[in-house]
Amino acid sequence: MSLLEIKNLKASVEDRQILRGVDLVVNPGEVHAIMGPNGSGKSTLAHVLSGKSGYEVDGGTVTLDGVDLLDLEPDERAAAGLFLAFQYPMEIPGVATMTFLRTAMNAQRKKRGEPELSTPEFMKRVREEAAKLSIDPEMLKRPVNVGFSGGEKKRNEVLQMSLLQPKLAVLDETDSGLDIDALKIAAEGVNRLRSPDRGMIVITHYQRLLDHIVPDIVHVFSRGRIVRTGGKELALELEARGYADYEQEAAA
Amino acid sequence: MTRPTIAKTDAEQAIAVAWADVKDRLPGPAPLSARREAAYKRFEAAGLPSRRVEEWKYTDLRALMRDAKPLAQPPGQIGTARARTAGAVLAGVDVRRVVIADGVLVKEISDLAGLEPGLTIGSLSEALTRGDSEVMGRLGAQSPAEKDVAFALNTAFMGDGAVIRVAPGVKIARPIHLVFCFTGPVPATVFTRSLMTVGAGAAVTLVESHEGPDGLDYQVNTALEIVAGDGAEVDHVKIGLEGAAALHVATLTAALGRHVQLRDLTCTLGGAAVRNQIFARCDGTGTVVGLHGATMLRGRQHADATLVVDHAIGGCVSREIFKGVLDGESRSVFQGKTIVRPDAQKTDGKMASHALLLSENAEADHKPELEIFADDVVCGHGATAGALDEDLRFYLMARGIPKKDAETLLIQSFVGEAIDTVTNEGIRDALTSAATRWLEARE
Repeated sequence: MSLLEIKNLKASVEDRQILRGVDLVVNPGEVHAIMGPNGSGKSTLAHVLSGKSGYEVDGGTVTLDGVDLLDLEPDERAAAGLFLAFQYPMEIPGVATMTFLRTAMNAQRKKRGEPELSTPEFMKRVREEAAKLSIDPEMLKRPVNVGFSGGEKKRNEVLQMSLLQPKLAVLDETDSGLDIDALKIAAEGVNRLRSPDRGMIVITHYQRLLDHIVPDIVHVFSRGRIVRTGGKELALELEARGYADYEQEAAA
Repeated sequence: MTRPTIAKTDAEQAIAVAWADVKDRLPGPAPLSARREAAYKRFEAAGLPSRRVEEWKYTDLRALMRDAKPLAQPPGQIGTARARTAGAVLAGVDVRRVVIADGVLVKEISDLAGLEPGLTIGSLSEALTRGDSEVMGRLGAQSPAEKDVAFALNTAFMGDGAVIRVAPGVKIARPIHLVFCFTGPVPATVFTRSLMTVGAGAAVTLVESHEGPDGLDYQVNTALEIVAGDGAEVDHVKIGLEGAAALHVATLTAALGRHVQLRDLTCTLGGAAVRNQIFARCDGTGTVVGLHGATMLRGRQHADATLVVDHAIGGCVSREIFKGVLDGESRSVFQGKTIVRPDAQKTDGKMASHALLLSENAEADHKPELEIFADDVVCGHGATAGALDEDLRFYLMARGIPKKDAETLLIQSFVGEAIDTVTNEGIRDALTSAATRWLEARE
């Protein structure tokens, strides 16, 4: 059975249609890249999948492992196994990163009917995963993302993903605002999470991220829908030729 | 201060009747009676403050007080029994309890045994009756709250309260908890006045909690005067848990010497209409004043925090952080005035008040004021009012945290900035728990 099935998804913001019939199937173990020009609706797709308010779904269906996502609240979607790595992770003053991670993990476990993690077990997992991402344990005592550099924020996103172990991860412009070293660390973290049971969607404008997170399938997104699908070589072709051809095609 | 002849309100008339009735029976020798009389005259001339009085603009006491309740009777057996269980907000914290029920310090249920050397705690009424020279001197001295009408009314009617002295150089580790409670059974008015003198180089933590039954529209006018000597360290926490129909007016004055550290938190959760006014005056250089507030209101509650920080001398630091969480049709008022006198160079003052509006109909009024007469100072203020940040809530929810829990986390972190200024861990945790209980009761 496929992991994620998006059928003819249409969505709008303030009566302006952004997604115009998206069809996408992600099977377990696959990494899909969605590339496209700015304003094509890539990030909107990520937000609609995760249930952000302000988006109106006008039609279509989305199922994750057979569960209809569109009827669920964002927290229920997360418990169902969806994870969105934010393009701009939020800063939350006054909430320690540790408290945040623990609350999130236990909330998901509770919804799935699993017991809460004991403090030592939780601490052990956080320390292990943080070490793999070269995250200073001191940083975990600080409020979530407050005063973090762009690279630290993205590593914190990857840390959350590795602790929450989602079925499907959607990475929204994970490369934005990162220098090449920070990009490598984040990408290595993502690659460690590739597994035969997990699907990933990597949303990016540039090909450079895909040098580090090599996709199985590449989609070109333009004007609210997927206009072409191919292998990883498609990303290189886009890098060489740009998106101009597709914008005309989608308009036609 | 005079005003055009306006007919006395019902409340003002009731206060006049009460005054005529008790003025000859209130404790204290002749000089104090004269002082009470002068204070009453000041009140009578001004009347209850209304919105036309700038300092009371947002808390119109004249309109809020439809009547004045008769003066409270000392607690009987039932009242005393109720008072035993008051102050439960600090249950589990190692504190020295001093219970003031219905305006009377009740020794038999207070923890006055084994006072640390250098610490004395007594009753104001007893000190006045025996004409204690230090107390008389203090009550005769110029107070930072001198001009305030509510404080004048307190001076006129004050009956009892706690008198605390910490000798120079003595550091009291165990916090003192003044447990104020109104026990009923019928609505009444309570006037309490407490004094705390902290000697040079001494240190003490004082907590006040105020509570009473939900169903009674009782009225409280309470005041605490703190005098801190050079190098003293004073932590003061006031926890407002008055009953749902109560009117509560509180005045805190602080006269601070050189190199004093004053850390103050006013935490207001209860009461129908609450006014907390603080008058702090830096008389010596090198003093650091931190005034903080955490207010959580719902329904039609009204709470006012009015501060005057007077930098009478230079080289002092003042910091104010006030946080208000407002649900329902509640309203919070913040008025913060920083005065920098002409000679108070190198003053460093910063004031911030922030309100989180959880409903469409809640209201926050902020009025920061800077009166700066010196030219080499750093002073600033900031004020915000807004709803919960939807993007932050979405971020938490996207990690699996349910909506209400996400909001609770965000609100806790918002008031946490004020509550976390309390240095005593037990008291801080007790306040955090009180905030959590408030949040859990949220619909």
